[in-house]
Amino acid sequence: MTVFDELAGQRAAVEVLQKAAGAAAAIVRGDQVPAGAMTHAWLFTGPPGSGRSMAARAFAAALQCVNGGCGTCAACHTTLGGTHADVRFVVPDGLSIAVSEMRALVLRAASSPTQGRWQVLLVEDADRLTEAAGNALLKAIEEPPPRTVFLLCTPSTHPEDVSVTIRSRCRVVSLTTPSAAAIAGVLVARDGASEADAAWAAAAAQGHVGRARKLARDPASRDRRQAVLGIPRKLTSISAAFDAAAMLISSAEEEAAASVSEVSAKEKAELETALGAGGTGKGAAAAARGTAGILKDLERKQKSRATRAQRDALDRALMDLAGLYRDVLAFTLKSGTAPVHADVAEMTRAAAAKWTPESALRRLEAVLACREAIDANVKPKIAVEAMMLSLWQG
Amino acid sequence: MSTTPAPLRLILGDDEFLSARAVSSAIRAAKAADPGADIREFDAGDLVSGALAEAVSPSLFGGQRLLVLRAGQDAKKDLITVLLAYAKAPDPEVSLVVAHAGGAKGKALSDGLRAAGAEIIPAAKITKARERTAFVRDEIRRLGGSCSEDTADALISAVGNDLRELSAACSQLVTDTGGKITIEVVQRYYRGRAEVSGFTVADAAVIGDVPGALEALRWALAVGVDPVPIADALADGVRSVARVAGTTGSGYQLASSLGMPPWKVERAQRQARGWTPEGLVTAMHAAAEVNAAVKGGAEDRAYALERAVLAVARARRGNR
Ligand SMILES: [Zn+2]
Repeated sequence: MTVFDELAGQRAAVEVLQKAAGAAAAIVRGDQVPAGAMTHAWLFTGPPGSGRSMAARAFAAALQCVNGGCGTCAACHTTLGGTHADVRFVVPDGLSIAVSEMRALVLRAASSPTQGRWQVLLVEDADRLTEAAGNALLKAIEEPPPRTVFLLCTPSTHPEDVSVTIRSRCRVVSLTTPSAAAIAGVLVARDGASEADAAWAAAAAQGHVGRARKLARDPASRDRRQAVLGIPRKLTSISAAFDAAAMLISSAEEEAAASVSEVSAKEKAELETALGAGGTGKGAAAAARGTAGILKDLERKQKSRATRAQRDALDRALMDLAGLYRDVLAFTLKSGTAPVHADVAEMTRAAAAKWTPESALRRLEAVLACREAIDANVKPKIAVEAMMLSLWQG
Repeated sequence: MSTTPAPLRLILGDDEFLSARAVSSAIRAAKAADPGADIREFDAGDLVSGALAEAVSPSLFGGQRLLVLRAGQDAKKDLITVLLAYAKAPDPEVSLVVAHAGGAKGKALSDGLRAAGAEIIPAAKITKARERTAFVRDEIRRLGGSCSEDTADALISAVGNDLRELSAACSQLVTDTGGKITIEVVQRYYRGRAEVSGFTVADAAVIGDVPGALEALRWALAVGVDPVPIADALADGVRSVARVAGTTGSGYQLASSLGMPPWKVERAQRQARGWTPEGLVTAMHAAAEVNAAVKGGAEDRAYALERAVLAVARARRGNR
């Protein structure tokens, strides 16, 4: 077993990473390695759900582990769990990563590793770096300290996702959309899911490993998916279309709240403890004055994280919906491709008997247009309402 | 109209708006009379007498020349001497325009030009209400419209005393009404001006009142309402109509199931007449589209809003 086992269907990438980890271990031992065998800056690319950050984490663990990423030792566990002293994560909470945050992290990453191996700075969603934050990072990447490694994750190497200069300094590891079979394999091997559950979840997740895992083990997310898949049948009038829109939005809000509220409350409690809220004695009053500002900052950060979680949840729901109309379209065309939502194939087949391919396609396009509109900052509620009306109209 | 301009003109007064406008109208007139006219502008404080002598000396090629001297009160002594000497025998092909604040500073120049027979264009700050009323009436007349004293006063009380804003309001009113400006027109334009919001725009749009919606939109933008809430309000207007369309029952009965306050339900029910399901779909799409446009997708957000307002109003049956 290795830390790379979790990466579904990414054999080529894993090979590259294992080789580099081997060279890195040699450097730690003080051996000579050929130039370029190990690189200080890495760029993990791949579509959402392909496991970019998972791959980066696994590689970080392989760098810290004396056995090249055994997956069982303390170094592996702490790295994967996010508590290793020499691995720092930049997980954007909001819609972008601020420059101040990046400067502080870059500074810390420049210190020498406490455990004698590597200092790792892992930036998930590096495409959400602000320009200034990107520049702060670039400076560090251009002159990396000898034992510091930067791992960046972005959807692609397109200049919109990562600046050309940063890209030019990085070695690129591109991940591909894993096949449903590869995802199912991981669910069975790593999570102990049954073959049937794994196959179902892998297909329903449309190539998104994290989503497949959630569907396989979280009943609430299965229920939400069912509700989304029930939408087309409910669109019987204009009024029903607005009801469906309201349902979709509030379900995304609920899902987001569930995913962030716990960590937000914990963060706030920790901060209050750290700031000595409720303390008495000298300096407590002065501290309280500064405390309000710090708490406000945290609240702002948490709010922006909640917004992002809502958008992500809504996007997943829209992907489920798109998959549904894709299935109808495939049935109308008798294309014979396997349905995304095999469990509701009866319904999609029935819809296909009534709709023309054109109208199925129009509906599919309406869902995709809605995602684009939300990307272009249209108020989600308005975008979803417009989409539901199109779906109703057909 | 190619009347030769007076060879000497003195724009006299300390109102920056009036003074600047007199200068630009002199320049415009010169360009209109002769597109190839030689137009030179100077700040009197920076101009040395030698340069002036050169500027007024006859051109080798002939043709009209317009010389504008701004801030004449800042002219140095020797410049004034040269100017006044020139004013005694001005070149017929050169038109000299001097703007002067009209105070004690540089008084020798303004007095000298006046004595030399310069045409005086007043540009003093307006302090008396009667003068302001006259300004508004002149302004509207100049733009080809007409209005009574009462109407001018009503406009001033709605817009305020700033001449620049008054002038802009006059030109807007003349453009929108064709020139016949009555006290009713002014009141209609300015009623609850501060309350003009996206909802005013949306309310007019969903009942198909295109002129009313466009007028409200222009004023909302003119008084600085942000385009984003206007776009949101438009979507809200369409949504409200769509939600109540086809429903019967009182506002109170429907309020909770629709999640809208009773007064809003009832208003939307009144507005829902004339809407078809297809029209509502079209209107909602227009509302979603403009929502993207006002958030940076479109170059001209005001134009995007106008188009959306038109699209919503026209989506209503019988408004094509
Ligand atoms: Zn290990």
